[in-house]
Amino acid sequence: MSAVLEVTDIKKSFGGIHAVNGVSFDVREGEILGLIGPNGCGKSTLFNCILGQLTPSGGEVKLDGKAVTGLRPAELNKLGVSRTFQLLQVFPKLSVRENLILAGQEHQGNMASRLVGRSDAGLTDAANQMIGFFKLDHLADEPAGGLSYGQQKLLDAAMAFMGGPRLVLLDEPAGGVNPSMLADLKDRLVAINREKNATFVVIEHNMEFVMSLCSRVMVMAEGKVLAMGRPDEVRKNPAVIEAYLGH
Amino acid sequence: MSFYAKPLKIALGLAVIAGLIIVPMNFNRYGLFILSQWAVMSIAAMGLNLTLGYAGQVSLAQGAFVGIGAYASAIMTTHGWPLPAAILVAIVLSFAVGWVLGYPALRVQHHYLAFVTLAFSTLAFLVFRNESWLTGGIYGISNIPRPHFFGLATNKPLPFYYVCLGSLAIVSLAVWWLIRSPWGRAFMALRENPLRAQSLGIDTRRYTLMAFAIGSALGGVAGALYAPLTQYIDPVPFNLSLSLDLLMMVIVGGAGFYFGPFLGAMIAVLLPEWLRFTEGYYLMLYAVAVMLLLIWSPTGILGILDRYLAERRTRAASALRAVAKSRLETVQ
Repeated sequence: MSAVLEVTDIKKSFGGIHAVNGVSFDVREGEILGLIGPNGCGKSTLFNCILGQLTPSGGEVKLDGKAVTGLRPAELNKLGVSRTFQLLQVFPKLSVRENLILAGQEHQGNMASRLVGRSDAGLTDAANQMIGFFKLDHLADEPAGGLSYGQQKLLDAAMAFMGGPRLVLLDEPAGGVNPSMLADLKDRLVAINREKNATFVVIEHNMEFVMSLCSRVMVMAEGKVLAMGRPDEVRKNPAVIEAYLGH
Repeated sequence: MSFYAKPLKIALGLAVIAGLIIVPMNFNRYGLFILSQWAVMSIAAMGLNLTLGYAGQVSLAQGAFVGIGAYASAIMTTHGWPLPAAILVAIVLSFAVGWVLGYPALRVQHHYLAFVTLAFSTLAFLVFRNESWLTGGIYGISNIPRPHFFGLATNKPLPFYYVCLGSLAIVSLAVWWLIRSPWGRAFMALRENPLRAQSLGIDTRRYTLMAFAIGSALGGVAGALYAPLTQYIDPVPFNLSLSLDLLMMVIVGGAGFYFGPFLGAMIAVLLPEWLRFTEGYYLMLYAVAVMLLLIWSPTGILGILDRYLAERRTRAASALRAVAKSRLETVQ
């Protein structure tokens, strides 16, 4: 299996704090890689460095073997890298369907065709399919702000898939979602992973969710990679137990 | 209720348009001037509504773009060019300058952006006043001709009012198209959550510049019509207070609402006339009214309507749910 994403020796410091201190790993085509670690260990900062939201202080990011370090988030998204955020980021005034159309529209045509062409950028069908896939049918025309937290979380995830990405970075998708909806979410993620051959990196604190969803798990502590391997291997790793349970 | 909503809206729209065409026919010269001014200011305010209301970029320079359009139009038409050509040049010029003014918005936002645009506004005013070889300086430009269209002279107030109204109609349609296109959605995303917008592939840099450029271009269109409307221009009407007036029109009408600028311009242009009987108290009354409005509804007049409609929708939806629930219980 070839690597979709290769991260080499990424560093990011804020003043004297090394939030990410030389992280290297790769993400293989079609896998679901879990990223865990105690709060403040640099997981989200690492995501932001990979995605161009932060400029890394050092190191390199390669997508399909091509260097993409320092590209702007919108450019990376056009190359097929999508994300969700730790906190909800839907557009509350737009309807569920419009949120999805917005999420996909920049992947259709060009600036000129988006001005003179159809107002839905030809995405109504695709949006409806996505709505059906995430079982949000009865809410399609509701403003996103009126949905429950769990439903908004589903919409948030659905938006990341509208552009047909190859690689999706999910930052705590399960946070605050109730167990039955969590099962739905996991089921949908696995389905997209298999059907669309999309590759995922998932930051998550819910161990059960990570261990059952991911094919490999990377553990971070204090800005560095502590362990990497299959879920059952990582779970037994003494260094990991140490980092999580403390001294 | 909602079954009748659409035809009702269309009927109302047609009635307003017919009213705007027919009623002014027996207006006097002054009434027509005020109404033409409303049409022109609506165009400028619509431009600012695009930049500020939809894309969320604060600008205190819209008055300067009206000035740029007015001077372009005055200079060209007094040199024998037809008005449509002058409007085109005004659009291109203010689009280009607006694009450049958009660059600071890529780095600074909100109050800081307001200050940058305020500085630009002052700069433009100084150019209008001091570059007298081009603009006539403090003496301005007089005898600005009104256009002929297909052999019809528009130098009388009524025909020229129709020129302004027709331009307003064209701009309104264009803006309506723009805000319901993917661009409009991208502008809104830029305002609501630029970080998320970027992660969805929305090129926030390009859309920010476009929001400035298009909004400014509409200011230019308004200016290009303002010059032949007053037939005389000097730098004074294009100072900072015009920018503030336009900002007020957008905020009072309802920023980010399609009909906000029409309403805001109506209040700013017509209210002084209606309040004329109060003599010196007009400005005070206006100021107090604006303060009260913004305390009551920070989203402007259309914000009040929007809230009312949203409440009614929620009530209707919960009534429907209650009915559905009671039916379900009966079945069981």
